[in-house]
Amino acid sequence: MEPTKEPASLVILSSSPHIHGGNTVPAAMRDVIISLIPAVLAAAYYFHFSAISVILACVISAIVFEAICQKLMGRPITTYDCSAAVTGLLLALCLPPSFPVGLAVMGSFFAIVIGKMIFGGLGCNVFNPAHLGRAILLASYPQQMTTWVLPITAMQTTHASTSATADAVSSATPLVSMRAAEQLWQTGQQATTQLPSLWNLFIGNVGGSLGETCVPALLIGGLFLIWRGHVDWRIPLFYLATVALITGVYGGVRGYDSIFPVYHLLAGGLMIGSFFMATDWVTSPITKRGRIIYAIGLGVLTALIRLRGSYVEGVCYSILMMNMVTPLIDKYVRNTSFGGGAKK
Amino acid sequence: MSSPKATFLDGIHIPPNKSLTDGQEIRSCPAPDFVYLPLSMHIGAPANPVVKLGDKVKMGQVIATAGGFVSSNIHASISGMVTGFQRRYLPNGMMSNCIVIKNDGLDTPSEDIKPREESEITPDLIRKLLQEKGIVGMGGATFPTHVKYAPPKDGPAIDTIILNGIECEPYVTSDHRVLLEYPSEIIQGLKYFMLASGAPKGVIAIEENKPDAIALLSKLVEKEPGIEVLPCAEKYPQGSEKQLVYASTGRTIPDRGLPAAVGVVVDNVATAIAASRAIKDNMPLIERVVTLSGNAVNKPGNYLVRLGTLYSYAVENAAGGYKGELSRIISGGPMMGFAVNSLDFPIIKGSGAVLLFNHDSVFAHVPIEGTCVRCGHCVDVCPMFLEPTVIVQNVKKRDWDDAAAASIHACIECGCCTFQCPAHIPLVQYIRMGKQFIGGKGDGGHNPFYTIKK
Repeated sequence: MEPTKEPASLVILSSSPHIHGGNTVPAAMRDVIISLIPAVLAAAYYFHFSAISVILACVISAIVFEAICQKLMGRPITTYDCSAAVTGLLLALCLPPSFPVGLAVMGSFFAIVIGKMIFGGLGCNVFNPAHLGRAILLASYPQQMTTWVLPITAMQTTHASTSATADAVSSATPLVSMRAAEQLWQTGQQATTQLPSLWNLFIGNVGGSLGETCVPALLIGGLFLIWRGHVDWRIPLFYLATVALITGVYGGVRGYDSIFPVYHLLAGGLMIGSFFMATDWVTSPITKRGRIIYAIGLGVLTALIRLRGSYVEGVCYSILMMNMVTPLIDKYVRNTSFGGGAKK
Repeated sequence: MSSPKATFLDGIHIPPNKSLTDGQEIRSCPAPDFVYLPLSMHIGAPANPVVKLGDKVKMGQVIATAGGFVSSNIHASISGMVTGFQRRYLPNGMMSNCIVIKNDGLDTPSEDIKPREESEITPDLIRKLLQEKGIVGMGGATFPTHVKYAPPKDGPAIDTIILNGIECEPYVTSDHRVLLEYPSEIIQGLKYFMLASGAPKGVIAIEENKPDAIALLSKLVEKEPGIEVLPCAEKYPQGSEKQLVYASTGRTIPDRGLPAAVGVVVDNVATAIAASRAIKDNMPLIERVVTLSGNAVNKPGNYLVRLGTLYSYAVENAAGGYKGELSRIISGGPMMGFAVNSLDFPIIKGSGAVLLFNHDSVFAHVPIEGTCVRCGHCVDVCPMFLEPTVIVQNVKKRDWDDAAAASIHACIECGCCTFQCPAHIPLVQYIRMGKQFIGGKGDGGHNPFYTIKK
């Protein structure tokens, strides 16, 4: 028999496919961090030092908590995949400016340890960790969590008195102003002058959480994530459309000013929630139809809480509630295989 | 504005990496000193040898006959003497008895290889010749072609023959080159297929990354009635049968069904060439075009290789050997081919490519499996609309009922899901394991975990 030339080294015997597209979890998480940079810059612009300190505190403590948990659980430390950093960053962007740093670290603890690690780590959590952290903080420290301040830029346009050293002045958020305005609208009075202008609301010149005010920054980041393929466009589209529809019908029926639905879309945590929080991989459904149902559910719950609930903001709790429903959606919304529905 | 290109739903885009080999003409690989012809080069029953040790054989002579209806003949690819029988592993992991022939260097053709009168060719003769001359699917599946043209009488009539010139796998370019270099034989083969089945329509489907082939074939079929060229959008896995039938005709093949269930037959362009030679010139299938490529090969290209040639011989004598230490040897394409442990395998009827990669390529890297992050990319890209991560979770839990309910049998193992998975989970590998367990073949045929429920 003829001699055969055997390769001298060991070859890899893989099962097909033998090539990979290059997607990795760290790369996707890095893209999310990049997409949040505009929002971080906006927060720094409007709220100065308090923004930076809260963001840094949340991100660093989230990474540290995850590493400690993984060490205690005897698992390899995977903080390089940046998912803890993303959770910390999203949590920080949901907190009010001048939130005490120590409580921000507590928030990271709740988000990472209770929201993610006790479930088993990445991929196993039921709830969006950042929103879970925020919800626990809201229940535990309601005073600090609802102390809002106006950014300096807004202060100059209002006639509220300012002290020369204050970075900002306490004030109501646009959603709180909306509730007050609704009461005026119900009695037939025009209330638009009570509200910040639409432009100020859009650009972020209003009170609110660190990351939720500047809509263009959030839109740029959100569209970047959709373009990169990390976020399914169905979730923000159907979420926002449902909120717009319900608030529009509600306001139309009651004779409110026509800016009512637009205001609801731009105010509060809806923009950041729809693009960055509702679209979290682990806690949203895996099928396209499932995601549409999830997004519509989110829209209904958010609109209900905002319009009829005693809280002015509905995004946080509606996301947590729909997170609970996601496994149910995944169980019942199943794809039929190609050819599976056809006649034999 | 041109009309939207024919395509299917979902799927992925892969960097083609075809420029290494698609610009060069096909070159012949010299015939080796020994050929190793497996008796099981096709789907179905292995062939039965009709030669014994010491027999002298001519090139093209029958050395093994079909073992049943779903089987095919095997022919000597060189002239010489039968020097033995060997059991060898084939790239798919199965073991097969092989007939070993020593080359006498003369390439004496068998006497029955001579042209046939056009008037003698009838559908029944075509079916008979396809089996006699060893024609099987050369796209890789090696299904005996004559069976496709003898569909059960109770099915719908065949009205379209599709020739698969898609070649969606990266690195592989053998079909592209045969489209450019043997176009008239492709068209002739298609006409014989149309005659055998009675189909009035023939379609040659070519992916749009081969514009030269599309232009050439379109020109040549202008005068042929009932035959057209269909350019398809470049997307993986366009060349998969179910996706190709959908893109070409809009018909959906039912679950567990064959294309004949929707009145279509699909064959590879190389199979059409082999069929044309078998019917016109009585020439059996004894050689095929193989892409030898990958970053380790010194002279990548397409080579006409005799069946039974060992990979080591072809790489050494046609492709100029390889450089560096090999990290992966792939028989077939990188998405659905088999990784093998040496170059000691014979080229068989379905071997379209042999790819060699050394440690300088991304193929030297083995990713570590992570936890599923429920991103849904696998669900989004699956061309069969399955939920791979759900199936894999069921396989890991040994929950065969749920895996079957998630349509594990419908998986075509194309690899789109694994390609996209950011957690590097080997989804296709788990699905294959699951299919084995459900079929009762895991654990050597005795599966303590599952009994097939009727």
